[in-house]
Amino acid sequence: MPSLKDLRNRIASVKATQKITKAMQMVAAAKLRRAQEAAEAARPYSERMGSVLANITQAIGDDAPALMTGTGKDDVHLLVVCTAERGLCGGFNSQIARLARDHIRRLLADGKQVKIICVGKKGFDILRRDYASMILERVDLREVKTLGFVNADAIARKVIHLFNEGGFDICTLFYSQFKSVISQIPTAQQIIPAGVASAPAEATAGGNAVYEYEPEPGEILTDLIPRNISVQVFRALLENAAGEMGAKMSAMDNATRNAGDMINKLSITYNRQRQAQITKELIEIISGAEAL
Amino acid sequence: MAEAFQFELVSPERLLVSEQVEAVVIPGAEGEMTVLAHHAPVMTTIKPGVVTVKTAGGKEERYVVFGGFADILPSGCTLLAESAVAVGDIDRADLARRIQDAKEDAADAKDDQSRSKAEQFLAQLSTLESALLAA
Repeated sequence: MPSLKDLRNRIASVKATQKITKAMQMVAAAKLRRAQEAAEAARPYSERMGSVLANITQAIGDDAPALMTGTGKDDVHLLVVCTAERGLCGGFNSQIARLARDHIRRLLADGKQVKIICVGKKGFDILRRDYASMILERVDLREVKTLGFVNADAIARKVIHLFNEGGFDICTLFYSQFKSVISQIPTAQQIIPAGVASAPAEATAGGNAVYEYEPEPGEILTDLIPRNISVQVFRALLENAAGEMGAKMSAMDNATRNAGDMINKLSITYNRQRQAQITKELIEIISGAEAL
Repeated sequence: MAEAFQFELVSPERLLVSEQVEAVVIPGAEGEMTVLAHHAPVMTTIKPGVVTVKTAGGKEERYVVFGGFADILPSGCTLLAESAVAVGDIDRADLARRIQDAKEDAADAKDDQSRSKAEQFLAQLSTLESALLAA
């Protein structure tokens, strides 16, 4: 049985922890709002990009550049795994890592070669355990305060450079889709070759107008596709940032509540024990007085 | 008064402009062009330069864009810029940094094609800088 002093110390320490988790929850809530705004602000661009790309692919027909059609093989896969830089956000990072790991295992079973680029420290830490030899690079965004398009662009450029050197055939992006504060869906999205399948469905959005192209469609397309990849990466990073904050908020909310429960339980034990001690002392005094 | 049409200027980070305008001057890759209402559908890439927007209210607004492309339809015009800022907010240091980067790119270029591309980009940036300094 712990002494009264021990109990008092426990309660004080749990209270201190509760204060920290509470503060973290509030910080996450504020950051979440900002991340959500950023994700929403980026949406029009990627939507327009999608419809323009669909239009132009229709116009150009078969001689699309390699980034779009792929190399025709699928021997070497590149996985870009985007996770958070920090922990304490529930199962957020491990969910993405698990999806990536399942994917890797499947590819390896099929005899494919796998290469990995990690964005964010947490995913790197998890994947390093099993697949250290496959990790080409780790992109550190820890120093980045507000996620800009330049960050995404740098990553996309690396990927494209690698593709042009013939480093891989298929590139898949792993990130967590932000659905709501309490649910983030880990997602795998193929970015190279770009998903042409979605084009016909979106083509109607731009109308069936006959476009004039300036310069030639092919030239526009070679300019457009790398940019589209950057946009996809950017969107993934923004969704991730919002998802991380959402996950952190609910994780910290849980932690605060658990700490509250713990404090209640400890307080009850503390009060009971104090009462028991008082009663014991009273009995001692009374029985002493009676003995006289 | 000229007829108004919907114009949107979007960068990856945010939606800068979305309003009814009378005319827009776009620095197209093959020369500047002015877009009015009911323009024939055109898709063009844009070079670094200044976009001049004449709003339906008669005001004139100017934005600096660094590359991107424009999607013009009879019903409206959408400009997807790689990055865009209002002329008043332009950061000279940022512009200088871009020029520096472009210079390095031109120096690092391995083959003729990428070198000429980088040099072209550099020339466009310099023109833009001098245009801004004059303004």
